[in-house]
Amino acid sequence: MSHYGEALDGIMDRYPGQPEYLIFMLQDIQGAYGYISKESMQLACDRAGVPLTQGYSVATFYQSFRLDPRGEHEIRVCSGTACHLKGSQRLVEELERRLGVEAGGTTEDQRYTINTVNCVGACALAPVVVVDDEPQPNMTAKKLQRCLKTIDHELTIDTREQGYV
Amino acid sequence: MSNPNAALEVMDWRLKSAGDLTALQKQILETRDPNRPEIVVCHGSGCMANGSPKVTDAIKAALAKAGIQAGVIPGIKTTGCQGFCSRGPLVLIRPQGLFYQQVQPDDGEEIVERTIVKGEPIKRLLYKLPETGETVFTEQEIPFYKLQERIVLHNIGKIDPSEITDTIAAGGYQALAKALSTMTPEQVVAEVEQSGLRGRGGAGFPTGRKWRSALNAVAKKGRPVYVVVNGDEGDPGAFMDRTIMEGDPHAVLEGLIIGAYALGAEQGFLYVRAEYPLAIKHLEIAMFQARELGLLGENILNSGFSFDVRINRGAGAFVCGESTALFTSIEGKPGNPRPKYVRSVEEGLWGRPTVLNNVETWANIPQIISKGAGWYSGLGVPHSTGTKVFSLVGKVNNVGLVEVPMGVPVSKIVEEIGGGVPGGSPFKAVQTGGPSGGCIPYELRNTAVDFDSLTQAGSMMGSGAMIVMDERDCVVDVGRYFLRFLEEESCGKCLPCRLGLTRMREILDNFSRGLGTENDIEDLISLAQAVQDGSLCALGSSAPNPVLTTIRYFKTEYIAHVRDQKCPAGVCKDLITYVIDPELCTGCRSCARQCPNNCITGEKKTVHVIDPNQCIRCGICMETCKVGAIKVN
Repeated sequence: MSHYGEALDGIMDRYPGQPEYLIFMLQDIQGAYGYISKESMQLACDRAGVPLTQGYSVATFYQSFRLDPRGEHEIRVCSGTACHLKGSQRLVEELERRLGVEAGGTTEDQRYTINTVNCVGACALAPVVVVDDEPQPNMTAKKLQRCLKTIDHELTIDTREQGYV
Repeated sequence: MSNPNAALEVMDWRLKSAGDLTALQKQILETRDPNRPEIVVCHGSGCMANGSPKVTDAIKAALAKAGIQAGVIPGIKTTGCQGFCSRGPLVLIRPQGLFYQQVQPDDGEEIVERTIVKGEPIKRLLYKLPETGETVFTEQEIPFYKLQERIVLHNIGKIDPSEITDTIAAGGYQALAKALSTMTPEQVVAEVEQSGLRGRGGAGFPTGRKWRSALNAVAKKGRPVYVVVNGDEGDPGAFMDRTIMEGDPHAVLEGLIIGAYALGAEQGFLYVRAEYPLAIKHLEIAMFQARELGLLGENILNSGFSFDVRINRGAGAFVCGESTALFTSIEGKPGNPRPKYVRSVEEGLWGRPTVLNNVETWANIPQIISKGAGWYSGLGVPHSTGTKVFSLVGKVNNVGLVEVPMGVPVSKIVEEIGGGVPGGSPFKAVQTGGPSGGCIPYELRNTAVDFDSLTQAGSMMGSGAMIVMDERDCVVDVGRYFLRFLEEESCGKCLPCRLGLTRMREILDNFSRGLGTENDIEDLISLAQAVQDGSLCALGSSAPNPVLTTIRYFKTEYIAHVRDQKCPAGVCKDLITYVIDPELCTGCRSCARQCPNNCITGEKKTVHVIDPNQCIRCGICMETCKVGAIKVN
């Protein structure tokens, strides 16, 4: 827990120690770390005064909570109705094929997480894919490939700069 | 946060009466020159995704460069969604009212140099009427806007949602002042009852009657009583609540405060979908600014009435749009609905009387109080008064947000305002009401869009998503889509919903593979009946609607899947093959290069062939082909 330390304490201190604030705390933890670790879950439950089982019951009920770390880059394919009609399912399949991991999962090298999202509300631009919080309008399989290439390129530069290659 | 506006600094912050509010409004208007040029950039979700923040930056940079040359330094304003999403990014130039569309960052400099400095319109950026090609200058000349009646959206696209002064200048909080200073709580409830307003979240329950029941519950059980905004807009394809919260957050707050006054509530909750960070931000700013001015918090406008509100972020569960599930979620628990033997107005949040209304419903309240129930009930049709905001999406030319009086025919929205289907063919069906709604086929295009007529047609109003489908959309596929959605979102409490939806989806999966029989269609209908009857909340009881209406109106298409193993729309993968038209193929090899399964063969400049046994039907070849030689059979 030591490496979270103060930031996590700060989140706990933001809210009164009551059960109704459990979701608030979990959302902030997820916002700060991208997922909810066992330790932070225990802390939040203790603070809210609920049993650990309730913490997990909440975290597994709501879609936005993750119990595992996310990949470095998150690709979210909008599967709202307008995007579905304009072929978003094909984009999901294309991504799954290229990255070798199913939607909802993270690649083994921890580089990519693929998710689907119910609707991002940019239906005029369907199909939309959100790459690292940046919405990409009118997506096609070809544009998706280009996107992945750009990210891959950046990742390669990053690793070089860090002296890994 | 800094002071909302310099105009406020010269006076005492807290407004102490209705008169103070009017004086402030007057003061703000006096400091503003109506002839000052203003560049208004749409920062709605559609335009933002299309790059409008970059356009704003480019215009700002160009303005800085042009400097004094412009004579009068123009204002630059960012607003909520202006509605015409498919033409975005949108930029409006005032005072002329020029409507620029599809503006790119590169256009920023020209807008400043030509339109602002020289006062000339840029023809290239103006809208052209699709039928005649004629260039038009202002919003009002465009059918998409001209045919709408904007009541709830009247401020959106005009005001900066993060400046309370903009709202006040436009008459914001006047309804609250009127209610507090001239009306008793009883009169407010009576006004809402008489307006005929019905809940905009989907079910269409009369808002006034709901408030009345809550008052009766309070009389029996005492306080506290809570008021709650349902901003957990979960229907895919619906973004009107988001737009209202992002674009005019004060309208929602004002409605809520008026409701709290009518019901005697001291605490309110805004439950906002987590995927809407900008809505949350704008509501937070609005709450802060309203508190600063004494429009929210202790002793509002010195009336002795105190009320405050808190935001709860949703955590990604569609079922939390249901009232009792939403309450358990606010209480910090998983959002499971409970039986409603006792209605939630009597036993809602923490077992207390609670009024929960949808965002759009709350945003209607200030208008009703300002202009009166008589005015409001004159809009729309007798049992569905007022207007409704729709998000018009799918296979339609003018994608965007549309507000029309209740009771207009479907065809007016889709064909006149929406400009019809790209390519000019008639639409196949319009899906309304999201996963709980149904399809209105082209033959019923004259169906009036109001609560009762839509229900009669087997669909429902729902939150207001209107998804246009054309001949290339398969009803079996759409049915599978909604079932898969609801299957994932079912909380699992009731067996008919939890397992019934899965089984229904499996039957449709078989149809999409050509494996079903005609008897399965009957089984599907009887299973749908069981799910409807055996589910506790509206998620389950309305879940079969999309399938049932498509069977009702498009049975031949279902039969084509099971009897002939054909998907007439060319969508269901296992029933289609991709072929290359030898007449059109130029042998450019681009499809072959893109094919992920390497199953397209052919030498350069000779006709190519797809191996149907290897083809995985990903459709990339079709997307790649520049001459349109690839067809679906």
